[in-house]
Amino acid sequence: MSELKVEVIPDGTVIDHIPVGKWLKVVEILGLTNPNGGTLLIASNVPSKKLGRKDIVKVEGRYLSEEEVNKIALVAPSATVNIVKDYKIVEKFKVAIPDEIVGILKCPNPNCVSNHEYTKPRFRVESREPLKLRCHYCERTIEWDEILGNL
Amino acid sequence: MDWKGRDVISIRDFSKEDIEFVLGVAERLEKELKEKGSLDYARGKILATLFFEPSTRTRLSFESAMHRLGGSVIGFSSTLGTSVMKGENLADTIRTVEQYSDVIVIRHPMEGAARLAAELAEIPVINAGDGSNQHPTQTLLDLYTIRRTFGKIDGLKIGLLGDLKYGRTVHSLAEALAFYDVELYLISPELLRMPKHIVEELRERGVKVHETTNLEGTIPELDVLYVTRIQKERFPDEEEYLKVKGSYQVNCELLKNAREGMKVMHPLPRVDEIHPEVDKSEHALYFRQVFSGIPVRMALLGLTLGVL
Ligand SMILES: [Zn+2]
Repeated sequence: MSELKVEVIPDGTVIDHIPVGKWLKVVEILGLTNPNGGTLLIASNVPSKKLGRKDIVKVEGRYLSEEEVNKIALVAPSATVNIVKDYKIVEKFKVAIPDEIVGILKCPNPNCVSNHEYTKPRFRVESREPLKLRCHYCERTIEWDEILGNL
Repeated sequence: MDWKGRDVISIRDFSKEDIEFVLGVAERLEKELKEKGSLDYARGKILATLFFEPSTRTRLSFESAMHRLGGSVIGFSSTLGTSVMKGENLADTIRTVEQYSDVIVIRHPMEGAARLAAELAEIPVINAGDGSNQHPTQTLLDLYTIRRTFGKIDGLKIGLLGDLKYGRTVHSLAEALAFYDVELYLISPELLRMPKHIVEELRERGVKVHETTNLEGTIPELDVLYVTRIQKERFPDEEEYLKVKGSYQVNCELLKNAREGMKVMHPLPRVDEIHPEVDKSEHALYFRQVFSGIPVRMALLGLTLGVL
């Protein structure tokens, strides 16, 4: 029933099972706020069997790569992704945190060179559970709560 | 491992084989240097030392090493009066300086600066300290000193004393020692204990670790006592510093209970952690440790330049 509230898209990417309230982060992380980022359909606070309530983001006319989508695993580890072509789901997968996170997360160390020079912040994933990342530059490790605060 | 063109940024990039290889080359160079006085492997090569913050000892050690290898040196030791003062970014400085030189040694107040410099430069970059992060050549010269003195590292009982919380030197030394079969005694005031994640990592890697505040009781156990300064500037607030300032002093009285052949090390400069009377005792190893910087840095310069 709930799916009917959201318009079906002919072609594009559907990101489902996003924790409630996180749709904006997802849109930001994927750079979909750019003028040519594709038409966005957003449904927030939709009833869900799995999560109780969830957000859904649909991007019309654009296919997001697995790598691109995996970045959102940082804010929405429960998310699933459907690639739609001609009203049919042609590919479906769960997001997974990539080995390296480039460009979306700022280093919380104020004395880290990545906060002062022109360079993309870069982190390596040291552990997934619990999530722990290590800055490629200053080598400091950061954990879940700090990660969320710096996204 | 192809060393030519390699960067030396963090001890975390080194495997045990890498470490052993560098120490072996350093030992060979030390012997050659003793026989011949100076060497000429790096003739015609230029080292640029970029010290964005002053550290006279480290800079002189690198410069001496390059001269002993037969090469020459250019550089600056403070950003005063340079284009960096005029707001030039690190990237432009590096790209400019690499046109003038064959290898760069960088000291910078920001963590990660050496890593970034290495990504920008085509020529090898050696980290001589990036903020409170890494100082890999110090760790290598510490290991070299231990190996030259004892003929081995395996089997030793090593005490690390002082500021184990903020001390960059002891963190990387402990990480590197974890490659060896050593027993570590971490001696510090309660407030300055080694960070938990490092202790856990050491244990996971099979090192027997003892944490204690009792220096006197630990002394008789040790083969090496590695002393560090409690640095005021590393403390977030002065009150915390005042509580631990002068917690320990190593003097001849204390060393009466030490094993014969036990050695005291210190990265220097010291303030009052080691009494000057210790200098003349058989235990003092810290000046020999300073000398170790030469063969170790010669080895790193020569290897990354591809002339050894
Ligand atoms: Zn960082």
